[in-house]
Amino acid sequence: MNSSRRLLVVGGLVLAVLGMLYGLHYAIFVEHQTLDRMGGSLAQAFVHAAERNTAEARGAVDEYESTKYNYVRQVDVHSHWIGLAMLLIVLGAVFDNVVLSERARMWVASALVTGSFVFPLGVILQTVNHGTSYASALAILGTATVTIALAAIAWGFARAKPTK
Amino acid sequence: MSTQAAPIPTADTFAPMSARRLLIFGGIALIAGGMLFGDIFAVFVLHQNGGQTGQSLLAASQAASTGDSLAVKQIFQHIGGLLEDRGTKVDAHVHMSDAGYLALLVALLQPYVALPQRHKKLLAGVFVTAGLLLPVGIFLIHYVGLAYSPFANIGWASVLADTAGALLIVVLLAETYGLWKYLRGEDSGERELPADSSWERRTLLSGGTILILVGFLYGAWYAGVDLYRHEARETQILKNLLDASTGGKGGTVVEVASYGSLAAEKAVKIAAHSHVIEFGLLAMLLSFVQPFVYLGDRWKRRWVMLLLGGSMILPVFVLLELNLGLVAGAIADVGGLLVMIALVGMLVGVLRYSGRLDAVSGVTR
Repeated sequence: MNSSRRLLVVGGLVLAVLGMLYGLHYAIFVEHQTLDRMGGSLAQAFVHAAERNTAEARGAVDEYESTKYNYVRQVDVHSHWIGLAMLLIVLGAVFDNVVLSERARMWVASALVTGSFVFPLGVILQTVNHGTSYASALAILGTATVTIALAAIAWGFARAKPTK
Repeated sequence: MSTQAAPIPTADTFAPMSARRLLIFGGIALIAGGMLFGDIFAVFVLHQNGGQTGQSLLAASQAASTGDSLAVKQIFQHIGGLLEDRGTKVDAHVHMSDAGYLALLVALLQPYVALPQRHKKLLAGVFVTAGLLLPVGIFLIHYVGLAYSPFANIGWASVLADTAGALLIVVLLAETYGLWKYLRGEDSGERELPADSSWERRTLLSGGTILILVGFLYGAWYAGVDLYRHEARETQILKNLLDASTGGKGGTVVEVASYGSLAAEKAVKIAAHSHVIEFGLLAMLLSFVQPFVYLGDRWKRRWVMLLLGGSMILPVFVLLELNLGLVAGAIADVGGLLVMIALVGMLVGVLRYSGRLDAVSGVTR
C-alpha cells in the first residue's frame, strides 16, 4: 500500500472513530436533553400563548430557535465526519486508479483528509458563538478543499486507460 | 454466452463462504432492502404524516387561541407521536442502506485485515445480522413503545436496535485491529483484487465521484444560501402563528400552510443532497464488485447505466417536487426503482459467478 492510499485509509479510519465517538458522546450526554428542550420550548410557547402571555411565548420560540440551531449542526458534524470517512476509505482502496503522479496523488490525498476534518470542525464551532465568522470561514475553507480534491480525483479516474 | 468475470485471479478473492462473499451478498441485499423500504415510506407514509402534523399544529394554535392550555399539551404529545412515527421510519431506511454500504466497504478492506479466516467469517456474519436487526429494531420502536420494558424510557425495540448498533461497532473495531496488524507487516492471507480498468469500473468510479462532487457542491450551496434563511423563516412563522392565536386575528391557517411548505422545502433539499452523495458512494463501492458479476458485457453496462441514471433522476426530481408536485415525486420514485433494479441485476450476476465458481471448484458436490 503506497503512501497516498495509506494516508486516505488511516485518515478515514481516524475520522470514522472521531465521528463515532462524537456521536456516542452526543447520543448519551446531549441529544435527549436537546430534544427535550427543543420540543418543550415549542410546546411551552403555545401554552404561554393560550395563557395570553405573548412575551413569554416569543421568548420560548427564541429558545427553540437557538436550541435547534445547535441541534442541526451537532447532528450534521456527526453524519458528515462519518460520511467523509467512508469516502476516504473507499478512495484509499481505489486510489491506484487515479491517473496522476504519486506526488500529485499525495497532495490530493492530504487536501482531502485535511478538508474532511476541517469542514465539520468549522460547522461545530458555529455553535460556540452563534453567527461567528471564523467558524464559517473554516467550514467554507474545508468545503472548498474537499471540492477541489474531489474534482482532481474525478479527472484522474476519467484518465484511466481501458483494459478491454 | 460471453461473460467477463475473470475466473483465475478473481476466484482466489471470492472463496466459498468467505467473509468477502458474505459481505458483498449481505451488503447489496441490505442496500436494496433499505431503498425498497424508503420508496414504500415515501409513497405511503411521508406525505400523509406531514399532512397530519400540519393539522395538529393548526389544532394547537386554535386551542391556544381559545385559551385551552391543557388541549395544547395533549396536541403536542400527539405531534410528538407523529414525529416519532416519521423519524423512526426515516432512520430505519437510512440505517439499513448505510449498514449495506459499510458491509461493502468492509468487504473491500478484507485483503488488508490480518485476522484468521474463521474470525473474518464470524465477523462478517455478525455484521450482516446486526445490519439487519438495527433497522428492524428502529422500525419497531414506534409500535412496541415501552410495553413490558423494565426501563423507564427505553423499550425492547430500542434495546434491540442499540444492541445491534453496539455489535456493528464491535465488528468495526475488530476489523480496524486487523487493519492495524496488516499495516504493521502481518499477512492477511488474502489476495488483493486484481487491477481492473474495465469500462464498468471506470464509469462507476468517475460517475460516482461526479455524483459525490455534485452533491457536495449542492450541500455547500444549501448551507450558504438556504440554511440561515430557512432558520429565520421558521422562527418568524412560529411567532406569526402565536401572534395570530393570541390576537384572535385569524390567519393561523395561512401560517400553518407556510410552516408546512417550509418543512417540505427543507426536506426535499436535504434529501436531494444526501441521496446524490449516497448514490455516488454506492456507485464507487459497486465498481469493486464488477469482477464478480458474471454477465455479458452488454448486460453489465446496462446495469451500470441504469444505476447512474436512476442516481441522477431521484435527487433531481426530489428537488423538482417543490415546483411540479406529485408528478415529480412519482418520477423520483421511478429513479429509486431503477437503482434497485440495477442492484438486483448485479446481485444476480454475483450469484451466477458464485454458482459457477463453486461448481468448478467442486464445492457443490
